[in-house]
Amino acid sequence: MSLFDYLLRLGDNALILSQRLGEWCGHGPVVEEDIALTNVALDLLGQGRLWLTYAGEVEGRGRDEDKLAFLRDAGEFRNVLLVEQPNGDFAVTMARQFFFDAWHHLLLAKLSDSTDERIRGIAAKALKEVTYHLRRSADWVIRLGDGTEESHARMQAAVDNLWMYTGELFEMDAVEEEMKQAGIGCDLAALGAPWMSEIGKVFGEATLEVPKQTWMQHGGKRGVHSEKFGYILAEMQFLQRAYPGAQW
Amino acid sequence: MNEWPLWEVFVRSQHGLAHQHAGSLHAPDAETAINNARDVYTRRNEGVSIWVVRSSDIAASSPGEKGPMFEPASTKPYRHPTFYDVPDEVKHL
Amino acid sequence: MDPSDQTFQERIDQGVKIEPKDYMAEGYRKTLVRQISQHAHSEIVGQLPEGNWIGRAPTLRRKAILLAKVQDEAGHGLYLYSAAETLGVSRDSMIADLHSGKAKYSSIFNYPTLTWADIGAIGWLVDGAAIINQIALCRCSYGPYARAMVRICKEESFHQRQGFEILLSLCRGTAEQKAMAQDALNRWWWPSLMMFGPHDGESTHAEQSSRWKIKIVSNDGLRQKFVDQTVPQGDFLGLTFPDPLLKWNAERGHYDFGEVDWEEFRNVVQGNGPCNRERLRERVRAHEEGAWVRDAAMAYAQKHAKKAA
Repeated sequence: MSLFDYLLRLGDNALILSQRLGEWCGHGPVVEEDIALTNVALDLLGQGRLWLTYAGEVEGRGRDEDKLAFLRDAGEFRNVLLVEQPNGDFAVTMARQFFFDAWHHLLLAKLSDSTDERIRGIAAKALKEVTYHLRRSADWVIRLGDGTEESHARMQAAVDNLWMYTGELFEMDAVEEEMKQAGIGCDLAALGAPWMSEIGKVFGEATLEVPKQTWMQHGGKRGVHSEKFGYILAEMQFLQRAYPGAQW
Repeated sequence: MNEWPLWEVFVRSQHGLAHQHAGSLHAPDAETAINNARDVYTRRNEGVSIWVVRSSDIAASSPGEKGPMFEPASTKPYRHPTFYDVPDEVKHL
Repeated sequence: MDPSDQTFQERIDQGVKIEPKDYMAEGYRKTLVRQISQHAHSEIVGQLPEGNWIGRAPTLRRKAILLAKVQDEAGHGLYLYSAAETLGVSRDSMIADLHSGKAKYSSIFNYPTLTWADIGAIGWLVDGAAIINQIALCRCSYGPYARAMVRICKEESFHQRQGFEILLSLCRGTAEQKAMAQDALNRWWWPSLMMFGPHDGESTHAEQSSRWKIKIVSNDGLRQKFVDQTVPQGDFLGLTFPDPLLKWNAERGHYDFGEVDWEEFRNVVQGNGPCNRERLRERVRAHEEGAWVRDAAMAYAQKHAKKAA
């Protein structure tokens, strides 16, 4: 069921990243930033809900957005490894966000031309929000990279540590190939060059070095996640697991 | 302390005739101020124009600020009190 | 009375709004700075007990609503800091006062959110109480504060309704869920009544604040209003209030209710509530750990301002 899998990937990326960003609430470096981060979390959650709802319909087994979010175990989640990485400090969070936003923006632009009408609609709406997310995260990478010595060091370290998770964003596997052939999805590998170009441009302004490492981690899209992932689910899914069948 | 300067925010909604003073916020520079103003002052409005001015750059005779206009936003309906299913019998909500 | 203070008082009596550049009695300015900044601190600290359940919200819709609510709260804090800054105090100095313990925030946020039902109770009771207080303040004499209140009130009613809706779902749910709701009411009822402050006779600032139209309705008046409004809502939910003396008094046309535990109130205000230390510790930590971020943004701005010049 490739379309179902494909939609889960889109929905899980948004959902898990939103879950991570929500952890910042009340703990940000300044009130204005607390509001901004929460705004991004809310946008992504909204997108995740749209993707997952559609996924459930496509699957046709009666699973709605909540059944999918709260009752799947880790092996069934299809988000990339990048979005499940811990928040770390603000530099780590913004590096993660920037890498994702730059890719997400390119992807949604392509999906706005999908042969699937529903995907087109969701992508077009999400694109407006993600255009703003990208501007924000790029602005922060620049300010932290070209800020103080300390912020520069933290930002470079964050970039170096997260780099190995970026490769998975451009992986084409059987599901992606099938979606691409059908005109529903797109060629992820082809997004690599424009993405690198954006990274290069922003890093230039930020006085950051693009890591030279080429070896990449993967597995998220196949349901092979990191050790931390189980804890995300344990927290997120607790109430639904503890009170099966209850309405909230 | 290295405090971020204060900025005044002016917003013109989609059908508005002029920018109205919405409030203030702290930001290190104009770009960040505009980004933050969007998040703080236009959560329930879409398609607005935002101006930000450093508070210290404002010369005023007497402060005659007008409040911002509110228009319902269609994409986040749960921000509006009418979205909730509360039985009619329950008063004062 | 100093003649300028006399004129100032007359303007207030006539219902004229006082604006930032107007003459104001020093006591008026000081009282407002204290009241507005403490109100702002409350919104910010208030993010913590509710933020505690964002990660564990039981459905995606509830998660979205809670995120929006907590975001609103941060926004309210920001409007209020801005209103206070018009009086010549900087946000940094207000935050420093909060962190040192010199400035207070609403005692209600020193209670823990132990279950999902607590999130419902906070929306229903705490925001309900805040709305009553804030509606009164929309008529406050100081322009920026009154206007901030109008803006906040418009957003706040969504908060109360979402809280009530959470509890309605629980009360219509399983026996365990209903018990969860009752338990939350048992723990949040009295602290909500404490939000209105001590009896008016004992409040040190009350009389002057009334004359300056900074305080519009008495503490006891607001508390009575809150009880009268809220009890029928609780009855509708099928919940029992933890007050054996709570009873409708037909003669008065109001509910009679028991006495607040003022010892508990004083303790919590003085810093001995269940969560005072951890709330403050967290705010201090976030601020200190965020220093390098704020410094970096300023450094960048300064570097590029020089380049542009």
